[in-house]
Amino acid sequence: MSEAYVRKEFVPPEPPPVTSRGIIGWARENLFSNWWNTLLTFLGAYILYLMIAPLVRFALIDAVWTGSDRSACLGPEVGACWAMVKAKLGQYIYGRYPEAERWRVNLFFLSLLTMVPMLIPSVPGKKWNVLFVLVGLPLLSYFLLYGGAFGLEKVETSLWGGLLVTLVIAVTGILASLPLGVLLALGRRSAMPVVRTFSIAFIEFWRGVPLITVLFMSSVVFPLFLPEGVTFDKLLRALVGVAIFSAAYMAEVVRGGLQAIPKGQYEGAMALGLGYWQMMGLIILPQALKHVIPGIVNSFIALFKDTTLVLIIGLFDLLGIIQLSFTDPKWSTPVQAATGYLFAAIIFWMFCFGMSRYSMFMEKTLDTGHKR
Amino acid sequence: MNESSEHQVANAPASEATNEAMSEPTGKQRRDLAISDETVIEIIDMNKWYGEFHVLRDINLEVKRGERIVICGPSGSGKSTLIRCINRLEEHQKGRVIVDGIELTNDIKKIDEVRREVGMVFQHFNLFPHLTVLENCTLAPIWVRKMPRAEAEEIAMHYLERVKIPEQAGKYPGQLSGGQQQRVAIARSLCMNPRIMLFDEPTSALDPEMIKEVLEVMVDLAVEGMTMLVVTHEMGFARQVANRVIFMDEGQIVEQNDPETFFTNPQHDRTKLFLSQILH
Ligand SMILES: Nc1ncnc2c1ncn2[C@@H]1O[C@H](COP(=O)(O)OP(=O)(O)OP(=O)(O)O)[C@@H](O)[C@H]1O
Ligand SMILES: [Mg+2]
Repeated sequence: MSEAYVRKEFVPPEPPPVTSRGIIGWARENLFSNWWNTLLTFLGAYILYLMIAPLVRFALIDAVWTGSDRSACLGPEVGACWAMVKAKLGQYIYGRYPEAERWRVNLFFLSLLTMVPMLIPSVPGKKWNVLFVLVGLPLLSYFLLYGGAFGLEKVETSLWGGLLVTLVIAVTGILASLPLGVLLALGRRSAMPVVRTFSIAFIEFWRGVPLITVLFMSSVVFPLFLPEGVTFDKLLRALVGVAIFSAAYMAEVVRGGLQAIPKGQYEGAMALGLGYWQMMGLIILPQALKHVIPGIVNSFIALFKDTTLVLIIGLFDLLGIIQLSFTDPKWSTPVQAATGYLFAAIIFWMFCFGMSRYSMFMEKTLDTGHKR
Repeated sequence: MNESSEHQVANAPASEATNEAMSEPTGKQRRDLAISDETVIEIIDMNKWYGEFHVLRDINLEVKRGERIVICGPSGSGKSTLIRCINRLEEHQKGRVIVDGIELTNDIKKIDEVRREVGMVFQHFNLFPHLTVLENCTLAPIWVRKMPRAEAEEIAMHYLERVKIPEQAGKYPGQLSGGQQQRVAIARSLCMNPRIMLFDEPTSALDPEMIKEVLEVMVDLAVEGMTMLVVTHEMGFARQVANRVIFMDEGQIVEQNDPETFFTNPQHDRTKLFLSQILH
């Protein structure tokens, strides 16, 4: 301590004084500018406290983190029974997928990461990436998850469940709905009457029925029309139903974007001698899709959450399997359902929030300062 | 400006106003520029309707290679429609349109062939806002002419230099002024090495100080012998570079003549009326 105090490293410039800008300055301007605002601020804070405090107490403070059965989570003031979630996590993620084969599912989850470089504009090689994701990834996933080839044991889809089913349906729906939706939207604006009529009929039919009905039809009505002995996998039917359904919605979102493109863009492209597909692919769609990124992501989020509806045709997605586990007497406690639903909500929220943030990132990245 | 035309124009209802934009005549004898005998555009008895509305009536027009034609006329007279029929942005219903030896029909291949040889500059530029200036210029050469990217970029830079904005190559159109955008649009067309250029009121959406920079580029182009059809109200430009001025009204070509005669001695009352309105 006898050493003289000498500063050795350079001190970075300090931020502006907190009071003038910063949080306090901001709060003074916006929250406490007069007695009325101050009152409202305190009222709001109190209401927030009333809502958030019990949640925090339930999810964190009073929560039970360890235990091997229901006895850990019994008691008068017990919060979330995370011990149960821990014990059942395997089931939540894989459903009844055989334990010895679960590495295949993990590999599938990993392979979904090949979509990430495609989603970042600055990464090169988009063409191959998109090609892989649209063709390679589905094939890979099929053989990986279903098996029956390359020495992989067959795993019937009736055994699949939990997050696996949620992601399979959501990713299929997302990957299929965008290209299909774009084609339908272009078809709806096509000059060819046959194409246009077909597109309109297709879109309007599928938009006119609720997804639940589509799923019911795919699992109950559709088999009636199949010849004797021919069966389609239930999951596959749900996949087709979801893909078609979301494609119809996507088509309308994309059409909105197409309508926002001024006629001059078409004329500029045509005058240069670009063909129809070049014009659409290079000039119109990049701008139209950019306009409707929020709408597209909104559709994706809706689709992701709608996967929970497959429960009604006997498929167990994440939410379905969590609900199923409520019947397990080993963990039967008063907080069982609340814990399960909270867990499901957190997982769904994470995915959807991620998509939403991505949408904002893209809007910012693609902004070229053109505001007309 | 040409000496002799200067004198003739002097007693026409000409005005300083329209000449202002052309404050810097390049001093070349443009009207003497060689015009070949080769016909590049031939329009025969062309008619066009929008539903019931007869927008173009019995249009006959022959354009030789190297000709610079200015088309003027009141709003709604069909000027835009006429030049848009030349690259089939509009379809005609009767008569024939033959561009560079290719007759325009519903054959998409033929249409694309014509569009490759005919450049067009629009009133509102129609640049692609999601692409940089350079990408705007290289797009068509790469995708339509199948040119290697490096070569296309070289050509694009060449033309951007000619329109005097090579330093803006990396920017997006939304970051440029109107005059700069229009010059990019001209460069973008030139990158396809067109044999004919169509201009539809290229300066009408520009502020006065930007009109000049765009007209200068167009004058240079004319001097080099480009075949040009220009819809414009810039009479200074017409006097300086055009070898023919066409006056349209109500879907018809009412009168056409060399600029001196056209401005000093209009034949039709409608032309006189139009000129008296536009030149005052
Ligand atoms: N798509 C269309 N449908 C119906 N009428 C049209 C259409 N486009 C143009 N017209 C009409 O055709 C006429 C000629 O239009 P055009 O754009 O060729 O005129 P213009 O001479 O270029 O006029 P301006 O100087 O205002 O540009 C106008 O009366 C216009 O209202
Ligand atoms: Mg016009």
